[in-house]
Order: sequence, then C-alpha cells, then structure tokens
Amino acid sequence: MDAQHEHAHEGVNYDGIVGPALALGFAVFIFAISFGVLCVNAGGSVPKAMAMSLLVFTGASQFSAVSVIAAGGTAVSAVVGALLLGSRNAIYGVAVAPWLPGSLKYRVAAAQFTIDETTGMTLAQNSPARKKRAFWVTAASIYGFWNVGTLIGALVGNSFDTQKYGLDVAFPAAFVAMVAPLLATRRAQLAGIGGAVVCLATTPFLPIGAPIVMSAIVALIALVPTQRKTQST
Amino acid sequence: MSWTVVLVLSLGAFLLKVFGFVVIGDRKFPPQIEAVIALIPAALLCALIMKDTFTAGHDLQIDARAVGLVVAVVGVWRKVPIWLVIVLACAATGITRAIS
Repeated sequence: MDAQHEHAHEGVNYDGIVGPALALGFAVFIFAISFGVLCVNAGGSVPKAMAMSLLVFTGASQFSAVSVIAAGGTAVSAVVGALLLGSRNAIYGVAVAPWLPGSLKYRVAAAQFTIDETTGMTLAQNSPARKKRAFWVTAASIYGFWNVGTLIGALVGNSFDTQKYGLDVAFPAAFVAMVAPLLATRRAQLAGIGGAVVCLATTPFLPIGAPIVMSAIVALIALVPTQRKTQST
Repeated sequence: MSWTVVLVLSLGAFLLKVFGFVVIGDRKFPPQIEAVIALIPAALLCALIMKDTFTAGHDLQIDARAVGLVVAVVGVWRKVPIWLVIVLACAATGITRAIS
C-alpha cells in the first residue's frame, strides 16, 4: 500500500515501538516466572521447563499442558489441548506474513515468533517498515523476558510448598488474565461460558484432561449465522 | 511431564505456526475455519479455569481455590497489574487454607 516507506529508513519514525514492546515483555515476564514454578512442580525439571519456553514458545499452550499434567491428565490430552490452544498462531501467521517477506529460512524463523503479542504489535503499526520493526522488536522482548522468567521460576520453583502458598491458583489466575481481553464479543463470551459448562459437565466421566479438549467443540458456534447484528465491527 | 510431551508439543506448536505463516502465507484461510479457530482460546481458557478451580480428579468441588479465583477475576476486572493479580489470588487461597 505504502511501499515507498519501506525504502526510506531514515525517514521512518520508529517511536512507540520499543516502549510498548518492553511493557508487553514485563507482563509476559510475570507469566513466565509463574510458568517456571508450576512446571517444575508438575514433575518437570529446569531443562524441561526451559525446553518448553525456548521451543514451544506460546504461553497459553504451555500453561495448558502443565495444568493438565499437574491434575494427573494423560499426555495425549495435555498435548492435544495445548495444540488446540496454539492453533490460533496459524491465523496470526496468515495475518503477519504479508509484512514479513523474505527467504524460506527467514519466514520459517519468523513463524516461531508469531504469537499474540508480536501479531498485535505488528498489526497495530501504520506502515510496512514499522510493522516489520515492531514484529522483531516485540519478538526479541517477549522471547527474552519469557525465557529468563521461566528460568527464574524453574530455579526457585521447588523451594515453594505450592499448596501452602496457594500457588496452584496461579494457573486459573493466569488463565483469567489471558482470557479477559478475548471476551470482547458476544460470540466469545458464549464460547467461554460454553467451554466452562462442557468442562464441568464432562469432568466426572471423561479421562482427566479430556474435558479441556472437548471444550474446543464449543468454538463451532462460530458457524451459526448471526440473526441480527447489534454492532458493527 | 515427560520429554516426549515436551518435544511433541514443541514440534506441533512450531508446525502450526509454520502452517499459517509459510504454507498458507499470503493466501487466506476459509473464513469459517478462521472464525472457529478464533473462538477456541475463549472456550479452552474458560474450561481450564473451571478445571483448575472447581475440580479434583473426577470430582467437582468448591474449596479455597474459589477464593483465589474471585480475587483474580476482580483484580483483572479492576485492571490491577497482572503480577499483583497473581500474587493476590495465590495469597487469598493460601490464607484461606491456613485459617480453615
């Protein structure tokens, strides 16, 4: 759309990228410390916690997998639930790919950093050059804070009695913080309520962890046509 | 948590990212698929909140974790910083356990 900007690097204003990227990094840092603590307490180890954050690198999925394992769930339901949660990164990839052209190697590398925060920051910018810059600055900030935070949490994690200090509640507290910004539309609110109901209703008879996987079925309400639109956008 | 879980999850998460970014790339997902995928996090995260607060194994129960959840919901609703939300929620549950 505005291709000249891409070549006029000196003329591009990069203000307002580093600050927000660091602020997002700090928020993620808190989640990361919690993740490290919870992961080692769910039978993980420092290397496993670090492998999760370095390689999986998508926070909600990591929390979900550890939460299911901590509850005694099966490995399959832990992995499937986490991957369902990570499927949104595929949509994000489609959204940011046009702004990050390059070789196959470059795009495969960029894909690893395509998560909520980098996508949000990229799409919020108003020029191709700023979008590209925002993606990588945010990626560096989040990847750094996420992994350092995980390491700190994993190293101190075993010294806590998680039950005594109520640290097990870090799971639902983190999930509440993650889901709140998503509940902006009526559909999303219905999906949230539906997911909660499916989980509680199936917990008594499904294998532990499976209710989480089952709850994803509620997302199919997206296919129900809207009868009347009360709001546009 | 086994290494198999860690590595399968790592590979799966990466392939999902690559699928969107590189394989689909400049094309588009069918809008229905995109709409369904976009709703999954709300459903799954709310399910996780229920599991982590109101279940123990196959049993449904209300205990000290519910107090922490209420604190977390109020904290997020009142836009309390996230680190403080998590600390306060854990503290509320810890204190409830200590006095009950």
